[in-house]
Formats: sequence, structure tokens, C-alpha cells
Amino acid sequence: MSNAVDPPARHNDRPRKRIHLAAHFPGVNNTTVWSDPRSGSHIDFKSFVHFAQTAERAKFDFLFLAEGLRLREQRGRIYDLDVVGRPDTFTVLAALAAVTDRLGLTGTINSTFNEPYEVARQFASLDHLSAGRAAWNVVTSWDAFTGENFRRGGFLPRDQRYERARTFLHTTWELFDSWHGGEILADKESGTFLADPDAGRFAHHDAHFSISGRFNVPRSPQGRPVIFQAGDSEEGREFAASSADAIFSRHARLEEGQAFYRDVKSRLARYGRARDDLKILPAATFVLGATDAEAAERSREVARQQVSGRTAIAFLERVWNRDLSDHDPDGPLPSVDPYVGETTLSRGRADTVSGPDKLRVAREWRELAEAEKLTSRELVIKLHGRHAFVGSPATVADRIDELVQNDAADGVILVPHITPGGLDEFADTVVPLLQERGAFRTEYEGETLRDHLGLRPPQRLGRAAGEERNAS
Amino acid sequence: MTEALANSPGTEPAAPLHLAVALDGAGWHPAAWREPDARPADLFGAAYWADLVREAEHGLLDFATLEDSLGFQSDHPQHADDRTDRVRGRLDAVLIAARIGPLTDRIGLVPTIVTTLTEPFHLAKAIATLDYTSTGRAGVRAQVSLRPADLALFGRREAPDVDFLTGPPERLRAVLEDAFDETADYIEVLRRLWDSWEDDAEIRDAATGRFVDRDKLHYIDFEGRWFDVKGPSITPRPPQGQPLVTALVHQETGHRLLARSADVGFVTPHSTGEARTIVAGIRAAQEAAGTAARPLHVFGDLVVFLDATEAAARDRRDRLDAAAGAPYTSDAEIFAGTAAQLADLLLERRTAGLSGFRLRPAALPHDLLGITRALVPELQRRGAFRTAYEAGTLRGHLGLERPANRYAHL
Repeated sequence: MSNAVDPPARHNDRPRKRIHLAAHFPGVNNTTVWSDPRSGSHIDFKSFVHFAQTAERAKFDFLFLAEGLRLREQRGRIYDLDVVGRPDTFTVLAALAAVTDRLGLTGTINSTFNEPYEVARQFASLDHLSAGRAAWNVVTSWDAFTGENFRRGGFLPRDQRYERARTFLHTTWELFDSWHGGEILADKESGTFLADPDAGRFAHHDAHFSISGRFNVPRSPQGRPVIFQAGDSEEGREFAASSADAIFSRHARLEEGQAFYRDVKSRLARYGRARDDLKILPAATFVLGATDAEAAERSREVARQQVSGRTAIAFLERVWNRDLSDHDPDGPLPSVDPYVGETTLSRGRADTVSGPDKLRVAREWRELAEAEKLTSRELVIKLHGRHAFVGSPATVADRIDELVQNDAADGVILVPHITPGGLDEFADTVVPLLQERGAFRTEYEGETLRDHLGLRPPQRLGRAAGEERNAS
Repeated sequence: MTEALANSPGTEPAAPLHLAVALDGAGWHPAAWREPDARPADLFGAAYWADLVREAEHGLLDFATLEDSLGFQSDHPQHADDRTDRVRGRLDAVLIAARIGPLTDRIGLVPTIVTTLTEPFHLAKAIATLDYTSTGRAGVRAQVSLRPADLALFGRREAPDVDFLTGPPERLRAVLEDAFDETADYIEVLRRLWDSWEDDAEIRDAATGRFVDRDKLHYIDFEGRWFDVKGPSITPRPPQGQPLVTALVHQETGHRLLARSADVGFVTPHSTGEARTIVAGIRAAQEAAGTAARPLHVFGDLVVFLDATEAAARDRRDRLDAAAGAPYTSDAEIFAGTAAQLADLLLERRTAGLSGFRLRPAALPHDLLGITRALVPELQRRGAFRTAYEAGTLRGHLGLERPANRYAHL
């Protein structure tokens, strides 16, 4: 890759890695501080425009949107302490393509409550409409709770969710690859519109999907959208190693990041893939200040905003699986043990602690709280209110660079806590410092998201219509 | 006739016409893509669609519809034709509409969705989001697809075992009735989901730490023959409250669907008398459905070839037919002539109770420009079309109020 600024050599004689930066639109969890006076709408399109244009101004690789298909519930009622509600992923990304030119557009789309043909068609359309900037974060779910919003209900045994996800994803690849590119001849003179009478023809039959016909979107600029994977389990890591271009991980601290990085990258060879074929991009919260001390103080304030007494109780309830509405958040942890039966108290969350783990987690929390003399709320702040990067712009730039240069990550997906202006300060203060040291681009060097991420074009699968069918 | 007009908004004698344009590929004529000004190589990019919709907005049209289909286009109503001499392939219409929203200000955006195969929960939030991204200009055209080739793309249901052209009429009617009943259920789910958040559900009450008032979020608890949907939507109530729901129908089964579910119905009369019969049928269906008090626009669909002279329009039609190898036929009436002749025709048809027209340009951009640069000024001269947008929303263009929320406590 040709760089505008030559990367300085590192002490270990390896060229400096270029950092990838992305921005997660603030989500529907307690990270997003809605009570702050600067907090704007999480639905109005203006907020998305501001956020995306800030990311593009700062030359970020992409914007990231999460998704949920049912409003969360706790104690049998819609959970009301966090931001609630979000727009449709595809629709908002297509609209953002109109107000940005280079920024990648990554959307989370569920592989359980969709069909491969429709999702492939939507991503191929988004890739055309954004001139090659589409990416798909493939997630799975299995719960009947979410299924109540869909035609087929919650039909998927939990242990089949990754199998379905993998099959779903590979089926979409067959659809994307049913076009080579170049079939749209559109020759007015001869009257030939399609150069190939079989363009788009496919047939796929397995335990999950039995579909055939012709895919009606010609090959898009990126061939296929960039594929993200976000799960942390053994199966999730293997899925990423086999099939993803990037991982949206949760390991933004140096040592655990390095362990995760080593683990996932070491899995690639098994699938005939190179280390650079899969980018590791942890989600990272951050709090900036003029000085490190000021940032630390702000971080404490933000954490208290993110974890109110009621929010702390809600966290405890997800582990205890009991109604703790009478529990005092400013006192010790509940003395009663978690209820280990079916998890019914909290629904619609991916991170609910399951089964016997509840007892173990509660024991660990109690030990920690007793050792450090923490109230319930203080404990939850300690566990969930820590921000990945806290400091002056120079400190945060150092920390991010350190994470990347020491192979704990290939970049970070920043998760601001204010909508929509939470990225502004980072764009204005940290990005220039990273650019000065040659760790981050000063201009976009390519057109597509694959270009930004340094990913190779996808290798087409064999013709799906029967000949040289690829077994994957 | 006056009874027929009674429930129809905007059709009092002096009321201006409503005009929409139906965009599909390079135009509705199969050889349109070969015209000198056609841009067939641009069909799969955003700029082409943005240019067309901006032109329609320049002409002050109420809205543009975007055709769609999940599978390949085919000249045959039921089966694939595998032709290579026609436009084949297309982008998702909802996403095209979303991509154009920020590039336009006033015109309504009405993409087609296929109700037979898609999830109403997904489409409810997609159209609600289109309403947010376009600040109140979203609509949707609900379309059934029973083509075996389309159903095979999803692999979730069997195609009806009947020939669409030669099958027994009773059997065909039954198949269609099922499909339209499912569509009515689908639209009911869309509408309930759009109302599942009350407008003031978001409270951001710092004192109690509550972001929403959950008493103002509603389970829709829809249970039907084809699907059950619990709700609420994940997307708050859109700016228009209820985005515009439209459908193209050809028969009595369709009239019932319009009466039950739609804000605008597209119909295909070939004469003023036929238009009168159709409008009467729809109004009767409204009476039967108990929705006579609800505003329901009926728009006539026409394919249009527009030129400076009638001879030029006919010649162009002949030339396109020759290029296509067969005379173009359509469910809708085909008009070839001047803007003044078309204005005469539309104003006459209006007397049958139609409140507007959805024009299908035979070739793009030629016949769109004929609409925006010739027909619209002609209608304006006759005081029959707006000279500026007056409303900020699509419902507003059509004189439809922002509806009250069905779940809100009064």
C-alpha cells in the first residue's frame, strides 16, 4: 500500500502498523448517557448525519450500527432506564451513503430472523448505492422472545445458531458470486442487455435453506460486503477465523487483547488464510480531558451517570435472576443467592449470565465487594463503568497506538457516550496526534471499505449452477 | 357520481389533481433502455435514481413510486422468461428511496415491498426509518408475489398450483383472495407497529432515571392466519404517524384490500366509464368494510408517451415497439400524444371520481421530462395543479391529516 506518510520503523524493526479507526453509533445500553444536556436524539436523521460526517472528517474507516429486534424487558416489563429504540439498519445506512463519500457503512444484521436471499439483496444494493462501502456484522440469536416478532417464531436450538449463521453467510456468498461482474452489457446497438443468459443463477440446498433461482442484483463494487463477526465464544472465534474479514471484539486492554489476538490469528492458517485477512477491532469507550487528571475525574463522573442506583440494581438482577427492586444500591450486595432456574427476569439481552454461572459470578462479585469494601453500585461501576481509554489526547493516542503496535488489535471501534457529538473531541484532538506520528491516514487512499481496511478482494466461489461447485 | 365523490378528498370540482410518477428501470416500455437518452448502464447506481426523483420534484409531483421485485423481471406473468434483450436485475427499492431521501426536500418516496415473503416487522421499521430520514415523506406500495420463481428464492412456501393465464377462474380468485388477505394482515401489522410507540413515549426523565414512559409503548399482539407479531416496534412512531400505504389493484378482491388498508389505490381504467365503475366499486367496498369515513384516494394509472406532437409520440411508440419486436401491452391504458391532450384526458377522467394519476413514463428520462416540463405547466395554466409545494409531508401533499395514535389514551 502506498502511504502519504512513510511509516517510521519501530524498535522491533517491523514497520509501524497503520491503525484502523471506526465509530460505533451510541447504542441502547447504559454506556449511552442520555441525561447529559448535550445529549441529542438517537433517532432523528440529523444525529446520524452529524456522527457520520464527523467520522468521515476524521478519515475513519467506518461507522458501525448495532441492532436489536425486540425491546428489552426486565421483570416482565420493557426496560426503561437506558435509551430505547433505534432505526432500521439498512435504511439508515443507505441514507447515510447520500451524505458521506468514503466512510464505510457497517450494519449488524441477524442471521436467524432473516432469509439469505433478502439479506444478500439488501447488502448488494447497499454496496451499489454506496459505491463499495457496505459491511455486515453477522450476528445470531436463538431466543423465542425475539422470535415472537417474526413469521416463524423462535425456532432455533441455541447450539445450532452458529451452524445456521455460517450456512446463512456462505449461502449469501453463493448469491453474491452468482454474478462475475461485467454481465450488464446494455448495448443499445445490438439490443443485448445481459451478456450472460445465466447471470445470477444459483441453487443451494441444505438442512437450513433450500433455495434456487436467479439473484437479481449484479455484482457490486466490493463483490461482497466486508464481513464482521462479534461473538466471543469458541464457536464465534472459529466462525470469524473461517469466514470474517474483521472481528468486533470486546478486548481493548493490552494483555487480554494480545491473548485474544494471538488466539484468533492462530486459527486462520487452518482455513488457508493469512494473518492480515482478519482484522481485530475491539470496541472501546473513552473519556478525554485537557490533562490526564481532568480526564480521570470526568471518567468517574461519566461512570456515575452510566450506572445510577437503579441501573446498578438492574445489573444485579441479571445475575441474581431475582426481583431486587427493594435492594439498596448504596449498601452491600444481596445476601440471598441467585436463582439458578430458567432466566426469565431479563429478556432480549445477549449478555445475560446463564445457569450455574450465576452462582459463580455472584460469589466472585461478593468477594470483590468485600475485599474492596464496595457498595452494590460501586461494584457495578468498577465492573462495567471503566472506560477503555482515559486521558489527555496525547495519552489516549499513545494507548491506542500501543494497543495496535503490540498486536492487541489492528485498530479500535470507538464507542462514545454522547449522541451525536461524542466523537467530535476525539476527531479534533486525538486523530491529529495519530496522524502526526504516521499511525493513521491523513487522507483516504482508496474508494471502498475493503481498500480502507487493506483487505483483498473476495475470491469468487465456483459457479453455483452446478459446475465446479465449491464445497464451502 | 356526486355520491362517488363525497368521500374522496381533493376531488371537489375545483380541487387540484394529484400526480405521481412510477419509476421502473429505463421506463415501462421494454425497449426504452435502447433510446438515445437512456442510461441503462447506470441503473445500478444511486445517481440515476437521484436524477430522476429530483426531476420529479422539480415538477412538484406528489410522490414517486419505485417498482421492485425479489426475483428477475419477466415478460410472462407467472414464469421466468430468461430474456437477455430486456432490463433485468434491480436494486432494493426501499434502499434506493432511502439513498434519495437526503438529496430531495419535498417529494414523497414510495418504494414497493413484497408482502408475500418478507417480514412485516422488518418492513415496518424500514418504512418508519425512511420516514425519519426523509423527514415525513415516506410511503409504501404493498405488492403480492405468487410467481413460483420468486417463492423459490426464499424456499419457505409452495407456489399455488394453478396457471395464472388459463387456470379455473374460481381457483384463481381464491388464490388471489388469500394473497390479498395476507397483505391486509401485513398492512395491519405495519400500521399497529407504527402506532406501537405513542408520540410522547420518550420522556428522558432525569428525576426518575426513565428514558421512556413504558405505559406509552404497546404490544400489538397481532395474531393471524399467516403470522403472529408481538411488538412493539424497535423504531419510535415516525414523523407522519402513519406513512402512506398504497397498492395497485385490478379486481374486486383488490377493492376490498384498498377499503380495508390503503391511503391511495392505483387502478387501471381504460375509459372514463370504467373509471366510474371502479371508483363506485371501491366506495362500496369501503361501505362494506365500515371505512367509508376514512379518506381513500383513487389514482388512475397510465403509461405515457409524451411529445410535442401526437404524431411524434405515436412514431416513438412504433419505433420502440419495433425495437422490442412486439407491440407493448399493459394492464394500464397507454397514452401517446401531447401534454395538452393528456391534460384533457386526465381532467375528463377526474370526473369519474379519480383524485389523481400515477403516470408510468414509457421511456426515461424522456417521458418524465414530458410530465414535469410540459404536462405540469399545462395543468398549472388550467389551474388544475399546484404551483408550489404547500405541505412538508407526503400525507400533507395529499390533504391527509396526521392520524391519531390508535393506542393513545384520550
